[in-house]
Amino acid sequence: MTPTRADVCAAAIADAFADDGEIFASPMGLLPMLGVRLCRLTQNPDLVISDGESLFLASPPPLFAKGDVVEGWIPFRRVFDVVAYGKRHVMMGATQVDRHGNQNISAIGDFARPTRQLLGSRGAPGNTVNNRTSYWVPKHSPRVFVEQVDVVSGVGPTRAKAAGTGASRYHDIHRIVSNLAVFDLHGPGDTLRLLSVHPGVTLDEVREASGCDVHVDGDGAVPESRLPTPEELVLVNEVLDPKGLRFKEVPRDA
Amino acid sequence: MTKGPRDKTMTIDEVVASLEDGITLGIGGWGPRRKPMALVRAILRSDLKDLTLVSWGGADVGLLVRAGKVRKLVYAFVSLDSVPLEPNFQKARQEGTIPEVVELDEGMFQTGLRAAAQRLPFLPMRAGLGSDVLVHNPWIKTVTSPYADGQELVAVPALELDVALVHLNRADRHGNATYLGPDPYFDDLFCMAAERAYVSCEQIIDTAGLTVDTPVQRLLVSRMMVDGVVETPNGAHFTTCTPDYERDERFQRAYAAAAGGTDEEWAAFEERFLRGDEAAYQAAVRTFAEEQQ
Repeated sequence: MTPTRADVCAAAIADAFADDGEIFASPMGLLPMLGVRLCRLTQNPDLVISDGESLFLASPPPLFAKGDVVEGWIPFRRVFDVVAYGKRHVMMGATQVDRHGNQNISAIGDFARPTRQLLGSRGAPGNTVNNRTSYWVPKHSPRVFVEQVDVVSGVGPTRAKAAGTGASRYHDIHRIVSNLAVFDLHGPGDTLRLLSVHPGVTLDEVREASGCDVHVDGDGAVPESRLPTPEELVLVNEVLDPKGLRFKEVPRDA
Repeated sequence: MTKGPRDKTMTIDEVVASLEDGITLGIGGWGPRRKPMALVRAILRSDLKDLTLVSWGGADVGLLVRAGKVRKLVYAFVSLDSVPLEPNFQKARQEGTIPEVVELDEGMFQTGLRAAAQRLPFLPMRAGLGSDVLVHNPWIKTVTSPYADGQELVAVPALELDVALVHLNRADRHGNATYLGPDPYFDDLFCMAAERAYVSCEQIIDTAGLTVDTPVQRLLVSRMMVDGVVETPNGAHFTTCTPDYERDERFQRAYAAAAGGTDEEWAAFEERFLRGDEAAYQAAVRTFAEEQQ
């Protein structure tokens, strides 16, 4: 089994949840759900996972299948309780994410009269100041990675610090995983830092596909994202996503 | 014979006739889930205008803004889930036809309803700090903890409602109501945050019937929170009303296509589904379903 780009992304997402311990992993979107379930089956068996609706599942079912054993109840009102409780790591999407780690899922253009209305800020403002938050970008482009987001839904570290300890105390943007690379926000002044490029991707490609500066530590040599292990490949291909739904988000030939 | 609590059963039209222009209206459910759509459809047919609408939004918001009923919209998101962006809401925002919008974090929304339900002016929380929620809504203030920590937090203002509309699976004629699906959403909070609350339901049954096969914990709404009860079978269509029915995805796709299409396509959808009363709507939906077979 040759790993595809989607498999590399799933492993990178799994790694983002590996050291979280016994907390509620909340993936938004298909690859994040796959990565979290993969992590639950391999690196972090303590993760608490849900069906994305209202149930905690005792073991991870394949994507979009029902779990057979339920271990808890997590309706929306209790999700908000867990956000404030803090034992949660959410991986959200980002229509825009900027160099300072701010995320936008609200609107493109002027908020008063957007050129493109998006979902609305959803839980991003609350997530980012309460619990660990990561982002998943299936299509890395200069329109997604921007110098400054049009609307700040998810709060980056600089803005959180400026808003005081109420905002910064539990603020923790962990990883930004895209179809090209993995980032955190430990560049100079809490900015975007490239951690690894996926196999087959060059640093120049990442820079060209980004509309903002991308910091690289040291001498500019960037490690490659790891390949999924044989065990992970079996789990992804035969257990969690036998239908290959992940290729709708990250195509096979990418 | 002992007296029982009063009978609050009403018709859809009686509920809508009791609403006034300019009121603040809270709509229960969540996104495309268990929305009181029969009541929303009746509002579309009414002369009501200038509403302030408070909703974790789905097609309820899309339909009401497309019909020009909304002067001010308070939301955290508007989504149909399987169709992520609600086309009518998107169009209204992009064309600037909603005079005023208040976009909140979705947890702030719950806190605001809680404050209103507890008759408090605000409740503190972290959500909103550092985000554009506070930039776009400068009237939302922060508050400093009076204790040693001294943290600055958001003073989430109470979301006080004039009227709440919610849809549950079963209710009695007095206003006690159960949800039978996986999630209560926030329908009890909507009722408690409002001056008046109306419950639509799939079926009105005897009080004793509410707990015959159903754990008492599913009694979400108490009659003391409720002013009127309406039986509207399939009344949450095309949103979910689990376990009575799931979302009508085919219909939702047709709705989204029309809403995102030309003015003529939307007019045709309105003509076919939204011009008549609830019985006409349900008949048109049955015909639509048969055509899709």
